[in-house]
Amino acid sequence: MSAASAAPPTTESRSPETWSRRREWISYGRRNPTLVAGLSIITVIVVFGLLAPFIIDQDATRTTAFSKDLSPSLDHPLGTDSFGRDMLALIIVGTPQTVKIGLIAGFMALIIGSALGFIQGFYRGPIGTSVRGITDITLTIPALLILITVASQVRQVTVESMAIIIALLAWPGTTRAIGSQVLSMRERAFVPIARFNGMSGMEIIFKELMPNMLPYLGASFVAAVSTAILFAIGLEVLGLGPQTTNTLGMTIYWSQLHSAVIRGLWWWWLSPMVVIVLLFIGLFLISHGLDELANPRLRRRV
Amino acid sequence: MSLGYLLRRVGMFLLVVWVAASINFVIPRLARGDPIQAQFAQLETLGIRTSGMDQVVAAYKKRLGLDRPMVEQYFSYLWNVARFDFGPSITYFPADIGRLIVQRLPWTIGLLTASTIIAFIVGNLLGALLGWPGSSRWVKWLVPVLMPLSAIPYYLLGLILIFTFAFTFKLFPLGGAYSTGAKIELAPDFTLDILYHSILPALSIVLSVTGFWMLGMRGMMVTNMGEDYMIMAEAKGLSPLRIFLRYAMRNAMLPQVTGLALTFGGIIAGSVLVEVIFDYPGMGWILWRAIRNTDYFLIQGIVFVLVVSVALAMLVLDLIYPFVDRRIVYVRR
Repeated sequence: MSAASAAPPTTESRSPETWSRRREWISYGRRNPTLVAGLSIITVIVVFGLLAPFIIDQDATRTTAFSKDLSPSLDHPLGTDSFGRDMLALIIVGTPQTVKIGLIAGFMALIIGSALGFIQGFYRGPIGTSVRGITDITLTIPALLILITVASQVRQVTVESMAIIIALLAWPGTTRAIGSQVLSMRERAFVPIARFNGMSGMEIIFKELMPNMLPYLGASFVAAVSTAILFAIGLEVLGLGPQTTNTLGMTIYWSQLHSAVIRGLWWWWLSPMVVIVLLFIGLFLISHGLDELANPRLRRRV
Repeated sequence: MSLGYLLRRVGMFLLVVWVAASINFVIPRLARGDPIQAQFAQLETLGIRTSGMDQVVAAYKKRLGLDRPMVEQYFSYLWNVARFDFGPSITYFPADIGRLIVQRLPWTIGLLTASTIIAFIVGNLLGALLGWPGSSRWVKWLVPVLMPLSAIPYYLLGLILIFTFAFTFKLFPLGGAYSTGAKIELAPDFTLDILYHSILPALSIVLSVTGFWMLGMRGMMVTNMGEDYMIMAEAKGLSPLRIFLRYAMRNAMLPQVTGLALTFGGIIAGSVLVEVIFDYPGMGWILWRAIRNTDYFLIQGIVFVLVVSVALAMLVLDLIYPFVDRRIVYVRR
């Protein structure tokens, strides 16, 4: 049989299916407006960041590009700062940098956190106990404070190195969340059945538990990204951020250093803050929405 | 409360303190060979020079004893930490780091304890009202108001508060803990002055933390509503206020108390930044100055003391908890 004659039936049988799938998505979206709202906010911010290099003139973020301390006008919709940089351009350039820190650190924290979470939830005996002990101790120590110690030792911080430093301390939350889920899931019937079928521990983790954990992993990732951004901005406000990169947190640091608040230059600190708040709200809504997806019993409440 | 539980909990506390101290010992030695040389080289490139710099170098050389074997350095370091002896500060030479911290700590603890307690009580009360079927409609409006606030880090919320209430309307001071030139004494005027200065910093913490407690409490209340003892209480004809306070709220509060211990770390880290924004003379304020002057030993001391405070607060909460929840009996596993 030739490929040409086989092709039509498959397309015919697939299209109604994709259509109903799509309808399913839409109707789920209607039931879970939290997730949709969060995704929309983050999508807008990310698209904004991806298009940035094409829209704005990079020179507008150089110092002394324009007059200093201009209030918002048609030429500079968000005004200029005390270095004479255009605020709108700074925000457009800074947003993807901040998101990048969050994504790198969040992804690394997810990998470390879920690996340790699966070990701590799944394995009993000395391995599980020791991992749980390490997580408990790390949870007790405020991560931002240790980050301050580490970052003050690194002379020239870049966006990437800062993300890696943050990732080293952002995992305990993920470990606890994943660990407790695995702990409850390993008591379900399908785990012993898989064991009777001769699956090894690793196989059970990857083939049985992992697929069931996907929404939790997603929610943990989003939570890790938001924690990482929170830490990054905290470090930046303290002056431990990448001095040469215009992230959102660094913009707030410079505005703080130049007493922008008491000089009435509200556009300097308010513009990065609005984007930061939108980022946090978006991530928070996504994480809540994913929780609801993972645990339908929550639906009553939300 | 069994002795075993007490010992385990205290042991955990000591372990955390030891880990924090060891991190402080290891990190500078990982980063470079000679912490003193590197520290002062860095200061020089920044153009920072304190008078009597040679004295500082000599003091630290003698203190750290870098020519001695590593193990010996480590134990003498631990011994110093155990006595809260962190050596002299570079920024405030020859002031002792331990003494600097002791001067600043009360400001931070005062601000933090007050705002944490207020936020905890207000948040739990609002959350309980939200989860209570009989409460009035206007309570529901709190969710969309407080939710976005809890998504903003406190220190950024602080900026908005300073701008609105201190800069624009001039209702509150722009920063600091008391009026400049005020006599520091135990007088009613001075106390009022301190309270007046602490309102905005405290409010920025309270506003953003309240939403967190509120949401948690609402969830717990809703779960509690379906419990048998609630129906029983209603069947007995108890007054709604009694059911609300003694049956619903009391039971829903318990996980919140555990949550309080877990959020301490985040609250203290955030309040460090609030102090920077408000120029509030606590631990965060001095930390900010230490960072600006790359005074590593001072940073180390502050971080260590803050970590110990958090661990201590958690220990105290854990030891109080069995008295709050009588159903919990700690037994040796």
